[in-house]
Amino acid sequence: MSAAIDSHAHAGHDHHHGPAKGLMRWVLTTNHKDIGSMYLWFSFIMFLVGGSMAMVIRAELFQPGLQIVQPEFFNQMTTMHGLIMVFGAVMPAFVGLANWMIPLMIGAPDMALPRMNNFSFWLLPAAFGILLSTLFTEAGGPNFGWTFYAPLSTTYAPESVTFFIFGVHLMGVSSIMGAINVIATILNLRAPGMTLMKMPLFVWTWLITAFLLIAVMPVLAGCVTMMLMDIHFGTSFFNAAGGGDPVLFQHVFWFFGHPEVYIMILPAFGAVSAIIPAFARKPLFGYTSMVYATASIAFLSFIVWAHHMFTVGIPLTGELFFMYATMLIAVPTGVKVFNWVTTMWRGSMTFETPMLFAVAFVILFTIGGFSGLMLAIAPADFQYHDTYFVVAHFHYVLVPGAIFGIFASAYFWLPKWTGHMYDETLGKTHFWMSFIGMNLAFFPMHFVGLAGMPRRIPDYNLQFADFNMISSMGAFMFGATQLLFLFIVIKCIRGGKKAEAKPWDGAEGLEWSVPSPAPYHTFSTPPEVK
Amino acid sequence: MANTHEQYYVPAQSKWPIIATIGLSTTLYGLGAWFNDLSAERAESSGPMIMFVGALFLAYMLYGWFADVIRESHQGLYSAQMDRSFRWGMSWFIFSEVMFFAAFFGALFYVRTLSGPWLGGEGAKGVANMLWQGFEFSWPLLSNPDNKLFPAPSAVIDPWHLPLINTILLVTSSFTVTFAHHALKKNKRGPLKLWLALTVALGVVFLGFQVEEYVHAYNELGLTLGSGIYGATFFMLTGFHGAHVTMGAIILSVMLVRILRGHFSADQHFGFEAASWYWHFVDVVWLGLFIFVYVL
Repeated sequence: MSAAIDSHAHAGHDHHHGPAKGLMRWVLTTNHKDIGSMYLWFSFIMFLVGGSMAMVIRAELFQPGLQIVQPEFFNQMTTMHGLIMVFGAVMPAFVGLANWMIPLMIGAPDMALPRMNNFSFWLLPAAFGILLSTLFTEAGGPNFGWTFYAPLSTTYAPESVTFFIFGVHLMGVSSIMGAINVIATILNLRAPGMTLMKMPLFVWTWLITAFLLIAVMPVLAGCVTMMLMDIHFGTSFFNAAGGGDPVLFQHVFWFFGHPEVYIMILPAFGAVSAIIPAFARKPLFGYTSMVYATASIAFLSFIVWAHHMFTVGIPLTGELFFMYATMLIAVPTGVKVFNWVTTMWRGSMTFETPMLFAVAFVILFTIGGFSGLMLAIAPADFQYHDTYFVVAHFHYVLVPGAIFGIFASAYFWLPKWTGHMYDETLGKTHFWMSFIGMNLAFFPMHFVGLAGMPRRIPDYNLQFADFNMISSMGAFMFGATQLLFLFIVIKCIRGGKKAEAKPWDGAEGLEWSVPSPAPYHTFSTPPEVK
Repeated sequence: MANTHEQYYVPAQSKWPIIATIGLSTTLYGLGAWFNDLSAERAESSGPMIMFVGALFLAYMLYGWFADVIRESHQGLYSAQMDRSFRWGMSWFIFSEVMFFAAFFGALFYVRTLSGPWLGGEGAKGVANMLWQGFEFSWPLLSNPDNKLFPAPSAVIDPWHLPLINTILLVTSSFTVTFAHHALKKNKRGPLKLWLALTVALGVVFLGFQVEEYVHAYNELGLTLGSGIYGATFFMLTGFHGAHVTMGAIILSVMLVRILRGHFSADQHFGFEAASWYWHFVDVVWLGLFIFVYVL
């Protein structure tokens, strides 16, 4: 019994032992903080792996012509980059944040189902081990794009598609269990007095995200199962010769895929809604409208999927319905942006690293939102479809959206996790390098896309050469900068200025009421929330 | 402790999740290797062996993990709050299952009402008809666009024989499991055992009839997984349902064994309730299948 770890309140209670020693602590743990840390580290490793693949892509595209890799390998890189970043980097990072912060924010002793929590995490390394191993097989890894459209991913797929399918199943099982855990925790383990409408927005956005996950991950499982059956057991879901339809694949996939993009952004909305008030030293403007806006976005995400399929040949009524429904999403999203800006209005703002990332999030995510609005216009989309404009759009929502949201959260809560302040100068350097690199990489993609450069192509017309070179240089800069982030985090874990329980004066919430670093067990006795 | 709030039980370390991970991923890896070898027509495959090893891990894990949970429950470690967590967990799990079936139902509806007629030349999208001239869409689809690649079935299952009997069996079993639950709540152990055993028996008979139906479809009707989109949707929907009935029957059998051993009390029996929720869910899915796959 190491009472030293838990200095406050209930020493002597026999449940308050510290972490176990050695490797087995991590393998067998049921502690939400341990599991949260593992999720975050895993996601960062995947971020570097998927990022290296992006570097290969940008190196090949540095100049027109084929220089570094063959088209076959290039296809594997674009496919794996997308899959790893979506399922391996962004989603686990948010689950890691949820694991660490939700129990601390609602005054719960742990996640509701701690053993299942461990299971959810360890499935991920297994799934990505299987997926990545296919890169080293003779026929190569998946090469059909992260959206794996049939028949590319069925009739014409390499053998590794089978392992890809089972890998996706494992990720799905992991996500569903993780989401069930989050919902059960939020609905059942809130401290007395913490009503739903008193929950921090990060908790709210995660509650809604978890609902989305449980609703759509099984649909993805159904989608890949149909592929499996088409490939190995002669069914014809996606084969018109048997009465099926390749477009059916796209419907099922995007019914999952569109809510999926909100799964990757809603928790970032929540985190930013905690960070901006803290550094503007003002309460969040329009809390209630934030909750309803999040719920509206989640609802709308189920009825807009075919905007990914405007050019595939859907009926005119379909084009119109999905066009208008998609544009409707701009309304609740606009409410959110308005609220963040209004929170900052006349605030006593300071710009520590988390705030820099959060403000950049608001501005750059909005740019991504606007290009999304352009893509939502069905007739215009016939021009943009499958060009680099689309690549620019979704990288603007995912990099300065999801990933900046994660960076902002990491800097914001690092003092709570490690007990030390990170190096502010280095943090700001990381921010500016990322900010400049990311804009250099992705902004020119709008131009080449509008001019007609197709995506997922290893070679291109000479006229796109200059912009591509700029993009590649920006990407290298952004990529290299992330090693600085690794350095900053390690430095912060190993030492630094001692962090107070509440290192940010404007921050609010229960997580700041426990010491920094947060003791191994917190809130074994729930706090009273007034 | 001066607070009135109950202590929430947070288990210490557990080996089961990592064993579950090893088991599940090994099983799926083996299955994948096996499928690939089958499709490539390789003479030997290490897949089944790998899968078998994985399945052993899974079986060990299932037994051990549940045994731990039951032991903790008997030690009185679970508060009312813990019970609510289990209830939320099970409810959302069933919701995820509903969404899994929704994907296949969605595929069925899409083909029947939209893409099928288009393939037959209907509407502005009817250009697809150029590929298979003269193809006419009907449901059930007794002639596929390419009957060489996907030989069409000669007929489909008549809903008013075996499927109707199966519907009656499953609906009845939903009642019997509820009777068992009521008996448990009134602490009448005799009727509880009887009703639960009857439920399991009904489930097993249902599965027997399903097997008979499949044999009939494959041998006499030419209705197979490879007989075009009708066979694909038919077997995937009924097949996944059958797999769920099998799971449900196994779970209820475990409950029966536990009851025979004296587990569960009139006011604490969530394991039993979760099993019966699952059984009702399987029953509701069947009603959807009976209407949309067999009758309509």
